[in-house]
Amino acid sequence: MEKQEIIEKINNFLVEEFELDPDQLKPEALLKEDLGIDSLDFVDIIVIIEKNFGFKVKGEEMVNVKSLNDFYDYVAAHVSQ
Amino acid sequence: MNRVVITGIGAYSCIGKNIEEIKESLYQGRSGIGFVQERKDIGFRSALSGVVERPNLKGLLDRRLRVGLPEQGEYAYLSTLEAMNNAKIDMDFLQQNEVGILFGNDSSSKAVIESTDIVREKKDTMLLGSGYIFQAMNSTVSMNLSVIFKLRGINFTISAACASGSHAIGMGYLFIKHGMQNMVVCGGAQEVNPFSMGSFDALSAFSVRESEPTKASRPFDKHRDGLVPSGGAATVILESYESAVKRGAPILGEIIGYGFSSNGEHISQSTVDGLLRAMRMSLKDAGLTPQQIDYINAHATSTPHGDASEAMAISEVFGTCKPLVSSTKSMTGHECWMAGASEIVYSTLMMQNSFIAPNINFEEPDEYSEKLNIVSHTLNKNFDVFLSNSFGFGGTNSSLIVRKI
Repeated sequence: MEKQEIIEKINNFLVEEFELDPDQLKPEALLKEDLGIDSLDFVDIIVIIEKNFGFKVKGEEMVNVKSLNDFYDYVAAHVSQ
Repeated sequence: MNRVVITGIGAYSCIGKNIEEIKESLYQGRSGIGFVQERKDIGFRSALSGVVERPNLKGLLDRRLRVGLPEQGEYAYLSTLEAMNNAKIDMDFLQQNEVGILFGNDSSSKAVIESTDIVREKKDTMLLGSGYIFQAMNSTVSMNLSVIFKLRGINFTISAACASGSHAIGMGYLFIKHGMQNMVVCGGAQEVNPFSMGSFDALSAFSVRESEPTKASRPFDKHRDGLVPSGGAATVILESYESAVKRGAPILGEIIGYGFSSNGEHISQSTVDGLLRAMRMSLKDAGLTPQQIDYINAHATSTPHGDASEAMAISEVFGTCKPLVSSTKSMTGHECWMAGASEIVYSTLMMQNSFIAPNINFEEPDEYSEKLNIVSHTLNKNFDVFLSNSFGFGGTNSSLIVRKI
């Protein structure tokens, strides 16, 4: 899966499932501080990643995912494995 | 002791999605019962149910507030929003006052079953997401509504089978009467999905008059063959009289009596003794004689044994004074955990609008119901005091008395 496709898929579920405004989805945006994604939302993100990208997130790995860009990179790294 | 009044009502049910629609259905004697093929497909003995449309709350509530709401929580959100609007309560008021919530709910089956199925299939609890835990607990309704409406007072759920909603109002009445709360959001909620009713269907307690769904629920009728499960939610805002007057809130009625009892006998079959003790206790609490009750909204669910027990108990308590009696379950089916609250809403609507809703399908009495003064067709009548009965599995009984002021 190409990086751009991953970005589009992630942005899509953030807009569809999390009801975020597409204009908010800048790569440098911080998930927690800028996008308001809280600890319970991360629990839902684990389910959505499994459905969309077919791998299971380990909770401890998400600790280092701060920005949207980190998130794209994290998913891209796992998808290419 | 404080006087306790009703300042707001709201409901979402199979006979209407708001109190205006419901008032019309009650007056017209309109049934909300239908045949649900899905139930037949998954092996139900009876496919009859109250038909309640699931609301879409997207746009009304943000995602985080919706994720933990089960079906009955969605109904309860809408009934509570309506009741608060009617009571002239806004978010500023809720943040500045310690308003409580006591809701009746006694199951949340769909979330329990779905989440268990997912774990069995995926063998990983991390794939459940965040919503199921908040949807699955019995306290789901009070839990969610207290967050949505930012409530800061008493907050818990009453689980008392089919008397849950009635006891919730009884508890709210006691909290306000004794000065511990000025306002409590009371109510009852009932899920309608098939998962919630399979084990109840297994008792052969449901009517199988599937060829005539709207005639299946026929409380007190000689040819009744069981109840029809139903659901939705109803909200009753209770408030101290002093607070209501100070706010200039509409006063729709006053709760003047709450009686309760436990049969201490069979787990599913009611006893005459338990029922009459609850009614007598409510009369004593209200300081009324049986002659002063104008109308009884009976619990009568359309089961052969339950309706006969209630008819005998009413006859014994009320003797020759014979108040008007009807069971609105003839139209709504049995709204179970919600019923005690919805029937206060229905009866309050009748009292405000001067009519008695009919006990539809009451065509031929049996030896017990022939002693009651059952209203089988809508009666235009001004009345001032009603008593509402609710009984549940385990022999839990509740009677509430409301008067016009």
